[in-house]
Amino acid sequence: MKKPSVIYLDNAASSWPKPDETWQAMEHFMRFVGANPGRSGHRLSVEAGRILIEARDALAELFGIDDPLRIVFTRNATESLNLAIHGILKPGDHCITTSMEHNSVMRPLRALEQKGLELTVVPSSPQGELDPQGVEKAIKKNTRLIVTTHASNVVGTLMPVADVGEIARAHGIPFCIDAAQTAGAYLIDVEAMKIDLLAFTGHKSLYGPQGTGGLYLREGLEEKLDPLMRGGTGSRSESQEQPDFMPDKYESGTPNTVGVAGLGAGARFCLAQGVAHIRAKEEGLTRMLIEGLKSISGVTLYGCGDAKRQVAICSFTIHDRSPSEITMELDEKFGIMSRPGLHCAPAAHQTINTSPQGTVRLSPGYFNTEEDIAVALEAVGKIAARSR
Amino acid sequence: MMKDKQTNSYGVVLFHSTSGALMAEKLFKKEGIAYKIIPVPRHLSSDCGVCLRFSKQDESQVKKTLTDKVEVQSFCAL
Repeated sequence: MKKPSVIYLDNAASSWPKPDETWQAMEHFMRFVGANPGRSGHRLSVEAGRILIEARDALAELFGIDDPLRIVFTRNATESLNLAIHGILKPGDHCITTSMEHNSVMRPLRALEQKGLELTVVPSSPQGELDPQGVEKAIKKNTRLIVTTHASNVVGTLMPVADVGEIARAHGIPFCIDAAQTAGAYLIDVEAMKIDLLAFTGHKSLYGPQGTGGLYLREGLEEKLDPLMRGGTGSRSESQEQPDFMPDKYESGTPNTVGVAGLGAGARFCLAQGVAHIRAKEEGLTRMLIEGLKSISGVTLYGCGDAKRQVAICSFTIHDRSPSEITMELDEKFGIMSRPGLHCAPAAHQTINTSPQGTVRLSPGYFNTEEDIAVALEAVGKIAARSR
Repeated sequence: MMKDKQTNSYGVVLFHSTSGALMAEKLFKKEGIAYKIIPVPRHLSSDCGVCLRFSKQDESQVKKTLTDKVEVQSFCAL
């Protein structure tokens, strides 16, 4: 892979660059396969179907999922979360979430609240940490879903999902996690963590293209979960009713096969590198970034400040300077890509007391180097020195 | 004699969807069972999907291989 000409530290928004295998798999599909999977018995349609199956297999292996057909492909984590939330919750139901959620969780829940959903938002600490007891205390007779992020997209803090999973299982309540920031970058095991619904995106730490994602549903949940869309599936074509089996119940219309080809290749890349190895590298870069930012006068770093307890995301401010100005300066003067503002998570910023101005977010990825981090720290140091 | 062989020596296994058929294909490959992916014969189902054709003599191995692994819609003689 060619070394990028910029320093890309916006991997939490979308990882880049991608492994060569990702675009090669997409090119292979576009040039040599191209057909519609599951719609015919000819060799190209069957080959397209195999591409989907191979991607499901790789993802199932990555997340400890026994049956690969329990993974539904979607456009992104947002669609997966909407499917889980709108599919399960009805007016009069109660749902528990946290104050660190992204709008992909918060907005569907707030919309349902308008229609009679009862919602409890369990507050996290200003460092973004969640006390699982807070979740247990919020459980009511009509609690039908617990949904939490796995790691905050603002400060990177990891949530105690295994503990919350334990609580949810003990009370018989479906537990959904938003793994947008962790899938591929941090160990996920749906059995060990007692996850019933796992929403993930393809274009972040799974190294797939944008426009890919998925939702895992534990066995039996398809009986409780309505689809967002209905339509052609290539199966049960004689029937005008939607199939009730996995994954066809939730996969209507021609899929994004070219995207899934890339997602499958990205997931296999994660398996080949090893999630533990990817995690160790990202944790090292994060530690270097945290220590460096802490030592710069005028910089305020948010989150738990411990690389072990977070993913590769660092949010900071410099004095009272506007985050968007800092991001622009990092790009124009130093060639460093960052993200400013609220990161689509207004509740999280209220929790860490950075609302409404937000923060600057640096998010390293597996392809960054210690040199990239050193250059970024030097640039932040220069901006901070001039901002006094 | 040839005709008899062609019409009576194969079985097919039908699945709810192509995904199921392709999951089964992987198991067949792993077990070394000879198979062919064919469109679902019209007289068996009006589905537009595919099914797996296998040699009748492998039927018990096929059933054993798929049990608890892939949900089968039906087994049919061809």
